[in-house]
Amino acid sequence: MTAKPKFELKLGLATREAFGKALVELGRENKDVVVCDADLSKSTYTSLFAKEFPDRFFECGIAEANMTAIGAGLSASGKIAFVSSFSVFSMNKGFEQLRVTAAFPNVNLKVVGTHSGISIGEDGPSQMSIEDLSLACSLPGFTVLSPADEVAMMALVWAAAEHFGPVFIRAGRLKAPIVYQPGQRFEIGKAIQVVEGSDVTLMATGLMLAESIRAAETLEGEGISARVIDLHTVKPLDRDAIAKAASETRAIVVSEEHLVDGGLGVRVAQVVAETSPCAMEFVGIENTYAESGTPEQLLEKYGLVASNVLEAARRVLKRKKPG
Amino acid sequence: MQKTSDPAELQAIAKQTRRYIIEMITAAKSGHPGGSLSAVEILVTLFFDVMRHDPANPKWPDRDRFILSKGHACPVLYAVMAECGYTPVDQLNTLRKLGSIYQGHPDVRFIPALEASTGSLGEGLSLGIGMALAARLNQSPSRTYVVLGDGEIQEGQVWEAAMFAPYHHLDNLVAIVDYNKIQLDGFVRDILDLEPLTDKWRSFGWNVLEIDGHSIPALQQAFATASSVKGKPTAIIAQTIKGKGVSFMENNPKFHGTAPTDDEAKRALQELA
Repeated sequence: MTAKPKFELKLGLATREAFGKALVELGRENKDVVVCDADLSKSTYTSLFAKEFPDRFFECGIAEANMTAIGAGLSASGKIAFVSSFSVFSMNKGFEQLRVTAAFPNVNLKVVGTHSGISIGEDGPSQMSIEDLSLACSLPGFTVLSPADEVAMMALVWAAAEHFGPVFIRAGRLKAPIVYQPGQRFEIGKAIQVVEGSDVTLMATGLMLAESIRAAETLEGEGISARVIDLHTVKPLDRDAIAKAASETRAIVVSEEHLVDGGLGVRVAQVVAETSPCAMEFVGIENTYAESGTPEQLLEKYGLVASNVLEAARRVLKRKKPG
Repeated sequence: MQKTSDPAELQAIAKQTRRYIIEMITAAKSGHPGGSLSAVEILVTLFFDVMRHDPANPKWPDRDRFILSKGHACPVLYAVMAECGYTPVDQLNTLRKLGSIYQGHPDVRFIPALEASTGSLGEGLSLGIGMALAARLNQSPSRTYVVLGDGEIQEGQVWEAAMFAPYHHLDNLVAIVDYNKIQLDGFVRDILDLEPLTDKWRSFGWNVLEIDGHSIPALQQAFATASSVKGKPTAIIAQTIKGKGVSFMENNPKFHGTAPTDDEAKRALQELA
């Protein structure tokens, strides 16, 4: 019998709510923290910060481009500005401003995109951010964080504030299964091995981490030892953890609630190609926009549940080359 | 640097600035002379008279901020900053060349004393709002000046910013529109007319001043008025002439983005002697 910890994945806060709470704590600690929102503060939970620190909260109205550059101006004057909206608006409507006013001059701006992926559900594809990781990672100098649960979000909001430079943090709408114990340490750029394993590695970010853990448990029941790694930092990637997994397990599945094109998986594949090439499979959204539905229906329909990770693991194990 | 309020002295600095602009762009063999020349008096009046800043201490927290939102006119900014002592005058003619601090558009990585990297139009006023908000939070006397091009304000983001600043009573913010009437493809009125421009800014809630943007006393007066107006930001519509100071460049769309030939440069410098 293995001595692996059994995960009981209870639902915790949505990562957007954890973000809002973390921001308040951060605001109490650091008077330089300021927050901008674009008429979505009740949904992004920056309303919590606004309530406690009205002087340091700037409601920008439905004008994301302006908000992003205002945030950059605040940060250029020594503040630590968090600008927040739905991820689809932060990234797409603010992209040019992120490029010119934050990335290019290396301004200390923090961008938080909530309601990422397709699990926003009923609102449908115009509100669904499935390109945000790709866009954020394309910006030179940006750090890109994608926490899986409330513990990770709380810790990474603080880490983002302590890190000098532009950061994008991806948050979700749904209550997120709790993966981590309170007190878990998070370091930007350091992946966390959540489950030990030696036959195959399941890498994931955001809500796909819990699905990967569930898949690993099923595999364990079949006598397959699956390692699960949380890539909470999508950029810069933890090259050492990826290279180690590639050389030790020689089979990798990467799962993300994002387009496969330009997403986490292809970024991991680059590292694998440069270190220890091995068989890989990718779980993500395949070259399409989703539709309206409940989050559960959509995740099932677009292939983002544990059974999809499991199938990918079985495929990759068939292709795995002998060591 | 020696600051002065004497219009004659400022006029002499303006003439020298124009000479640098012609020399730099001629040496670079590319660049934007027209919109650099139209903004000379605006920048000279700000840097040599109006703004509180210290080239020996460029990161002084309470300094006034300047953003050239129309970043393509950077030769005028480089010339003025060099004359103030921020950057070397003797390297101005390296403009646009590999390794030069004088990049094709303003770049804080090369000149840390710049407040912003600009060049993609429409973003400077929002940045300035962020700086003005930070100054207010810090209870700093710092004021923020943003120079916009006329063509630039066709960008939608400018009007997002124009809506925001008066609503937040940012009386420490001044937007100056260098209204030289010409953009790359031709005359502004033939491309996407801005009129009635003064009414537009006024209706958005700005204190609006319309002045001759080449008159140093008018600029001094406008900046003084802007400083005394409480509760709203000021927009200065500076009526200017594209290519001002060089007869064959004035009101000539060709010189929006074309460097003078050596012969043209020689004639220009004779006119500016």
